[in-house]
Amino acid sequence: MEQLLALFSDYTFQIVALGTGFLGLLSGVVGTYATLRKESLLGDALSHAALPGIALAFLLIGKKDLVYLLGGALISGLIATALIQWISKKSTVKFDNALSVVLSSFFGLGLVLLTHIQGLENANQAGLEKFIYGQASSMLLSDVQLLLAVGAGILVLVLLLWKELKVFAFDPVFTQTLGFQTRILQFILSAMIILTVIFGLESVGVILMSALLIGPAVAARQWSDRLGVVLILAGLFGMVSGVAGTFISSIGRQIPTGPTIVLVLSLIVMISLIFSPKRGLIIRWVNQRRKKKAYIKQIEEKQERSEKYAR
Amino acid sequence: MSEEAITLKHLTVAYQSVPVLWDVSLGFKKGKMTAIIGPNGAGKSTLIKAMLQLIKPLTGEVAFSLNDHQMAPYKEVKQQVAYVPQNSSVDWDFPTTVLDVVTMGRYGRLGWFKRAKKADKEIAAQQLAKVGMQTFADRQISQLSGGQRQRVFLARALAQEADIYLLDEPLAGVDMKTERIIMNLLHELVAEGKTVIVVHHDLQTVEEYFDEVVFINRSLMAAGSVSSAFTDKNIEETYRTDQNVGERSAQP
Amino acid sequence: MLVEIYLIAVVVALACSLPGVFLVLRGSTMLSDAITHTVLLGIVLAFFVVNDLNSPFLIVGATLVGVLTVWLIETLQHTKLLSNDSAIGIVFPLFFSIAIILITRYAGNVHLDADSVLMGELAFAPFRRMTLFGMDFGPKVLWSMLIILIINVLFITFFYKELKITTFDPGLAAALGFSPVFLHYALMTLVSLTAVGAYDSVGSILVVGFMVGPALTGYLLTHRLKRMILITLITAVFNSLVGVKAAFVLDTSIAGMIAVVTGITCLLAFLFSPSKGSIQAIRNRWKQRKNLKKQAASSHIKS
Repeated sequence: MEQLLALFSDYTFQIVALGTGFLGLLSGVVGTYATLRKESLLGDALSHAALPGIALAFLLIGKKDLVYLLGGALISGLIATALIQWISKKSTVKFDNALSVVLSSFFGLGLVLLTHIQGLENANQAGLEKFIYGQASSMLLSDVQLLLAVGAGILVLVLLLWKELKVFAFDPVFTQTLGFQTRILQFILSAMIILTVIFGLESVGVILMSALLIGPAVAARQWSDRLGVVLILAGLFGMVSGVAGTFISSIGRQIPTGPTIVLVLSLIVMISLIFSPKRGLIIRWVNQRRKKKAYIKQIEEKQERSEKYAR
Repeated sequence: MSEEAITLKHLTVAYQSVPVLWDVSLGFKKGKMTAIIGPNGAGKSTLIKAMLQLIKPLTGEVAFSLNDHQMAPYKEVKQQVAYVPQNSSVDWDFPTTVLDVVTMGRYGRLGWFKRAKKADKEIAAQQLAKVGMQTFADRQISQLSGGQRQRVFLARALAQEADIYLLDEPLAGVDMKTERIIMNLLHELVAEGKTVIVVHHDLQTVEEYFDEVVFINRSLMAAGSVSSAFTDKNIEETYRTDQNVGERSAQP
Repeated sequence: MLVEIYLIAVVVALACSLPGVFLVLRGSTMLSDAITHTVLLGIVLAFFVVNDLNSPFLIVGATLVGVLTVWLIETLQHTKLLSNDSAIGIVFPLFFSIAIILITRYAGNVHLDADSVLMGELAFAPFRRMTLFGMDFGPKVLWSMLIILIINVLFITFFYKELKITTFDPGLAAALGFSPVFLHYALMTLVSLTAVGAYDSVGSILVVGFMVGPALTGYLLTHRLKRMILITLITAVFNSLVGVKAAFVLDTSIAGMIAVVTGITCLLAFLFSPSKGSIQAIRNRWKQRKNLKKQAASSHIKS
């Protein structure tokens, strides 16, 4: 008990939990739009594509300043998104195929640059690889402050453009006939996804970021048919996973934070898929059995009646 | 001669390398109900989409005239033109209710940033009642039948309170009740002086439902009032000239 | 050494690109992305059982987990509670997370770090030798990837017709009595096997590029399946040779460099392909507009 109290009053834990919790909230909200637009795997591609941007920014500036590294990640993420959308729209190449080629060649370029950096005589290089797995425990107060500022900006934008983003996610063609520039909305959405992914790289890393975008949205969808409620629940699920994952990895020894967050989140997803009272697998199974029984009963009664009639 | 709500001049549209619509010049009469008729693949949907600039035409002009009698390009009159697409390819599992979808028809009038107010929701609810779906207001949209979905999308277009309505095959695959409701509403709109243009597939009902008719098969085959233009000769020419036009469109 | 690295790169690229042809045509490349990540869990679990990093059971275990991934993703997709890509994006991070946690917690002192699995390093591949009766038979990876390459070639040769028909028309294939499900799982088993074999030389993230890149280049350059396979294989060899050379010149990650070259050849094919290229498409459209405008103008004069 005392240990727990000590943990909660621990400064590092507070910062990391605040960071991962807010990141979870943000990716829950942004991820809901991404999944509704069927662009959830774009997040996965983006997290890989950010790597060369991070490495290039480091090469140009020569120090590990988070703002510049994230700026580099943002630019290479935007280029990758534009490339993927351009290729899949302008040719018969399927979206998935464009996604995987861009993802792996950008990541390859990132590796090439990182290996080059490691060969340089520079004491600052250490820790760049942490973007690949993420290292939540090394979050600094300034990192979290930056995350809070950008994240708050994104949340305000979501509130301001509430109806525009909703109608765009639901029916882009109709949105266009209403007189809204869908290109602007698409750009805003992509930028929000990229920013969230980039912040996620630092704490959960390249590979696990897609789970943080998709998981909360899928889980939340099971509990409500209204976009507002789904968004709030997704934010909540993301936040709970972030904080709980950080907590679990802090009380045990040698438990990495990022994977633990994903584990907690996956648990929430599974519970939602199975036990949701409206759409859950259990209630669906029960309903199907009930229907089947009702049909069988109807048929039996019919048969009985016809037999009686025959007699 | 009555005034034209939409005027097309030499409109030509092509997908990839094949021209789908060839040099269409045509006027849609204001305050009338017009049917666009033609065989499958004749370019009827393309015509509507090109008028709404959802597809960029190769050449040609589209001009709209509203109640102020000024001709204007589409981007200046967007709010006054409502569109009901053919079996809308939306995600039916989207977390939204029927009333919410109809309220989206108000968004264009609200413009950027402004929220839908109580008055907008009331207008949406009224339109929903008009299509006989008021009891479904709080349902999630995946629980609707095909005809009900079509009615919801009509209600959404009605909520736009536009002057011109473009509907792409609104009666395709719907039940009799839905067909009756939709046609009654469209006639009401025309009675209010609005212009209604419908892509239609059922030749049997053209004379009963429409004032004007436009025959399309890759190019304009004929147009005019139903009483004068809906002739056996025009129908036959429109529905058998596939090869003819195919040859012409095969030219480089 | 140098020759061996070239050889390994070529064999890995060939082995990966063959199943890639059908992945690209089926549009299921992100599924293979998921597999290449989850095989790590299989390797870890099998390692706990046999406690030997060189055991062939590792390959068996990892392949099984790869197939299990596909099954789980498709089961989730069938519930219709979430979209197809969401199912992929939920399953593979979960498996991957479990693997990472197991590695950090229990296998810390063994040579099984996530680094080498994810990134791989071709330059180290020749250090692991194949020795039999005291004789040196070359790098181990070369042999294992050669066997996998042969398996892939045999599979595609024997099931060419079936793969073709299930890819282009699954409905017809089922009606003709070819089971699309069987072939799908057979292909996914091969993808898993290839991913396991390739992970320690090119890393699990870049395997996807090795699989998809050359095949997509082939897809962009021709409309015929046999020709596509041929172009894919040539591109795979070209990419790996140029990639290794460039990596040596720049003294950097070999697998990363091959992935970069793969992306570049793909982009070039996308831009300049005579049949499907985007520059050709722009030119066509421009020419056509001019022609149509001319025609339209002359027809107005006539009327």
